[in-house]
Amino acid sequence: MTKVNVTINGQPVEAEAGMTILEAAQLAGIDVPTFCYDPQLFGAGACRICVVEVENARNLPASCVTPIWEGMVINTESEKVVQARKANLSLLLANHPLDCLTCEKSGECKLQDYCYKYGVTESDFVGDVKDFPLEESNPFFERDMNKCILCGKCVQVCHEINGAGAIDYAFRGFASTISPAFGEPVENSPCVFCGMCTDICPVGALTPKLSKFKGRAWEINKVKTICPYCGTGCAIDLHVKGNEVVGASGNREGLANKGHVCVKGHYGWDFIHSPDRLTKPLIKKDGKFEEASWEEALSLVADKFKAAGAEGLAGLSSARCTNEDNYLFQKLLRVMGSNSVDHCARL
Amino acid sequence: MAGLAAAFGSGAMTNSIDEVENADCLLISGSNTTEAHPVIGYRVRKALRNGAKLIVIEPRRIELADYADVFLQIKPGANEAIFNGLLHVIIKEDLYDKEFVAERTEGFEEVKAAVEKYTPEYVAEITGANAEDIVEAARIYAAADKASVLYTMGITQHSSGTNNVLAIANLVMATGNIGRESTGMNPLRGQNNVQGACDMGALPVVFTGYQPVVDPAAVEKFSKAWGVSLNDKPGLTVTEIFKGAKDGTVKAVYIMGENPMISDADLNHLEESLDKLDFLVVQDIFLTETAQYADVVLPACTFAEKDGTFVNTERRVQMVNKAIDSIGESKADWEIIMALANKLGFDWNYGSAEDIFKEITSLTPSYAGISYQRLEEEEGIQWPCPTEDHPGTKFLHQGKFSRGLGKFHPIEHQPPAESPDENYPFILTTGRNLYHYHTASMTGRSKSIKEFSAEDTLRINPEDAANLGVSDGDMLKVTSRRGEIEVKAEITDTVGKGVVFMTFHFSDSPVNKLTNCAIDPVAKIPELKVSAVKVEKVA
Repeated sequence: MTKVNVTINGQPVEAEAGMTILEAAQLAGIDVPTFCYDPQLFGAGACRICVVEVENARNLPASCVTPIWEGMVINTESEKVVQARKANLSLLLANHPLDCLTCEKSGECKLQDYCYKYGVTESDFVGDVKDFPLEESNPFFERDMNKCILCGKCVQVCHEINGAGAIDYAFRGFASTISPAFGEPVENSPCVFCGMCTDICPVGALTPKLSKFKGRAWEINKVKTICPYCGTGCAIDLHVKGNEVVGASGNREGLANKGHVCVKGHYGWDFIHSPDRLTKPLIKKDGKFEEASWEEALSLVADKFKAAGAEGLAGLSSARCTNEDNYLFQKLLRVMGSNSVDHCARL
Repeated sequence: MAGLAAAFGSGAMTNSIDEVENADCLLISGSNTTEAHPVIGYRVRKALRNGAKLIVIEPRRIELADYADVFLQIKPGANEAIFNGLLHVIIKEDLYDKEFVAERTEGFEEVKAAVEKYTPEYVAEITGANAEDIVEAARIYAAADKASVLYTMGITQHSSGTNNVLAIANLVMATGNIGRESTGMNPLRGQNNVQGACDMGALPVVFTGYQPVVDPAAVEKFSKAWGVSLNDKPGLTVTEIFKGAKDGTVKAVYIMGENPMISDADLNHLEESLDKLDFLVVQDIFLTETAQYADVVLPACTFAEKDGTFVNTERRVQMVNKAIDSIGESKADWEIIMALANKLGFDWNYGSAEDIFKEITSLTPSYAGISYQRLEEEEGIQWPCPTEDHPGTKFLHQGKFSRGLGKFHPIEHQPPAESPDENYPFILTTGRNLYHYHTASMTGRSKSIKEFSAEDTLRINPEDAANLGVSDGDMLKVTSRRGEIEVKAEITDTVGKGVVFMTFHFSDSPVNKLTNCAIDPVAKIPELKVSAVKVEKVA
């Protein structure tokens, strides 16, 4: 790799040829605000919040799409840059509902974070405001296009990662919005409800219904695990508040899925707290199940297994359980003398 | 898996998910990838955007068929014939990889002779596909530098399932599409940990890591490790277990986290078996359709409540981390098994899932180099990983097959156990949809998913529907030699004439009451994909 030397905020940085200013800054641990940038997506350079000042440049280039060159001198927080960002935020706020008190995104909203950082409390621009109806007709997520800042990441993830291409930009200028074809609700589009758009939305325009009012960003502990459905083995984060799972999202560290998920991984977790969960051992007496203690239930099972003998005992292990569960299951059957252990690999 | 093991020496997906998007050609058969493995489906679409060619061989016009360069719509159960046909063209047109065949394989000549009669015209007659399309598909597959085959249960759930797999293996080896990146033969495993359950020896013929129970050395090793003298005779498969239950030789059955009363073939028959048992214990998170038949039900906890490991379809062992404490008195499955073992007089003292994993790696050569610490640091490891400094294995059979030379197997087309006739004129085939999973014990209790996908339909061709006087949404009675169910009609030309399709997710229309438990003689997989049925409008 050819090395390229640049200076960012007075700090010399040795970066690699082909990197953007943003990547070089990130390499140096310098945080640059972004809305539309995502390392997994094609660089759109659409939102302009990542603009920086480059010595001898005529304008403030978008750092996410501008490549570095040898000797480049960059300032990511100069007065000009800050003024530009404030103007940008002020323009966005002119058309963004300030319902942060109840907005699901509060606490992990980039617009909120940057307004806080740059002290933008209200918009300098007063005029018409967008008035799109809240789209909540599908059971998975809400689309509030009044909160949309048109960064386009949802469009990109839908086209570039999923491939469904269910949504795109619609209309021009003030009327611009993100929509399925012909303004239909998403359930009438090729949308497959993977919900990756809700994961990537930097503001509260796209929010999962199941998690609504279930917890604030700062109350939630994300636990990385593996999706319990198909064999792809997607890494997901379970969003936990107290002892309750209140949401799920893709985890980008997963090498099988790189953070990408489908409808089941994203919205198929609430069975965990289903009232149908078994919470006590049950023993059938006179054709009816009665609750029992673990001691009573296990003693009965042990007696019956002994009575059945090695030849008469068989077990079905589970492709849904962990390796550790499966290992002990077959070990138990085998130490009892039975190799009749199988599972549903064939189904 | 039995087929793969016979041809290559290892019954697992040969390559990795990541490699799909860099293939030049994808041949997808018996897999509705975008619905059953959606994230892998994203990679397939990416490969197509990158310019890959796509061949789809399916009885249904699935979504991917719309993007295919060639779509071969075959009759259910005609798989071996189509693959023999592709190989016939490749040999006839001299498109096979002579160097690879000569150096890396054995048995090619027998296969060459066997596929001689599978001309495109003959294959078209058997399969219903178009002869010219067969020739084109063969040329596309053979021309690719890196061609990858993806398949699932549409290939294996047939009475000829093992032969179907062997027929694909012949095609793969003849074109040298194995042992390199973005090639190979890739069975996409259905369940989150079906690979792991197999790896762990939850099979009647092998201990962990596929060490045979008939191998004296393996028996001695495990007997020593476990402190008992182990049985060296193969046990019963699931189909045989229920047969044994029916004839009284199997008396007690322990079922953990499975719901055969929805997922197995021929449910009425299975119900009789369960009723005959002296004792059935079911360990699950819900009172499933199967648990209803149990004498004792043990409450297990969900994946969110436990630590452990799952192995995905590409042989990657990954960490499952506990997110919440267990609900009610439910316990992790391994804790229940340990408590039961101790009740039975054993003295097991595992303090954590990690303790168990250490025992697994000490007894399983392909896992020997894996530890929880490495899994956390490296985001999972693909077996084989024989030593602590081994990085894991991205794709198999590089330079040499696990069995030495790859073995060609001559395969003859064999019709399904059941063909349509006057009384049962339709072929019923089954599968999954995007929203639900398997018997839907979990997705059926997930609010959003249940609301969006509440019931099943019988997919039926417009011409067939017109002949029966059926409109969309009409209630139908579907009958096979084994049972009957009622389900609403959905008229669609994604199924061919004479073919109907249903998923097996829904307990109120349990399609497996209809399916056939005729099994593949080697893999013992039931023929879930082909049953002859009658369709009538409910008055």
